[in-house]
Amino acid sequence: MTALLVVLGACVGAPLRLLVSRAVPDENGTLVVNVVGSLLLGLFAGLSGHPYALLGVGFCGAFTTYSTFAVEAVSLRARSSLRYVAMSVALCCLACGLGLAVTG
Amino acid sequence: MTGTEDVHTTDPDLPPQPVPLGALLLVVAAGGGIGSLARYGVAVALPHGRSELPLSTLLVNVVGCVLLGVLVGGWPDAKWLRPFLGTGVLGGFTTFSAFALETDRLVDRAPVVGMVYVALSLLLGLSGAALGLRLGSRGR
Repeated sequence: MTALLVVLGACVGAPLRLLVSRAVPDENGTLVVNVVGSLLLGLFAGLSGHPYALLGVGFCGAFTTYSTFAVEAVSLRARSSLRYVAMSVALCCLACGLGLAVTG
Repeated sequence: MTGTEDVHTTDPDLPPQPVPLGALLLVVAAGGGIGSLARYGVAVALPHGRSELPLSTLLVNVVGCVLLGVLVGGWPDAKWLRPFLGTGVLGGFTTFSAFALETDRLVDRAPVVGMVYVALSLLLGLSGAALGLRLGSRGR
């Protein structure tokens, strides 16, 4: 049951990431999904069991992506790459912390 | 929103060739489900304590970075393979949100472990992606 909920959440999260990538140019699309997804996971972090499997592990896990972030980062020129990596880590951790603070 | 996806090469999440949007969303959803199920399986297989390094997330992220590099480097124009495996399976397999949540929690509980986690994720993830891109384009 838990595994099914993970798959269900991901079947929504992954195509939603694609739609954001179409709407927001270049690596900024990935930055948007990662920051928004991190905020949401911070909000969902207090959940457990089935709701967390669906929303946290499934939806947020598939909505955000580390592999696309890394391939973009190494494809950018050095200065843009450094800024992209720093902004991704800082903003995602801040957004997630904000979500944790709101619900905690 | 148009019925056909624009051709786009700079964002690895976008298809390299125009494909119908409805089919594209289905293919990405299916891939995302498979990749996320695999990520969940790794998390169940490699549990970690509250102050320990989250090995399962580190492992899926680094492996996913190498594989996406190989896919983008080796099959830059693959019409359906890129959306299914890249955007779907590997996008669902890897995760930035869990990385952010685990980092935030470790910064509170075990700051040194938190710093090591961020450093390892960036170092191994980025060099893994670069290695994958090189391996992929060599095989082309």
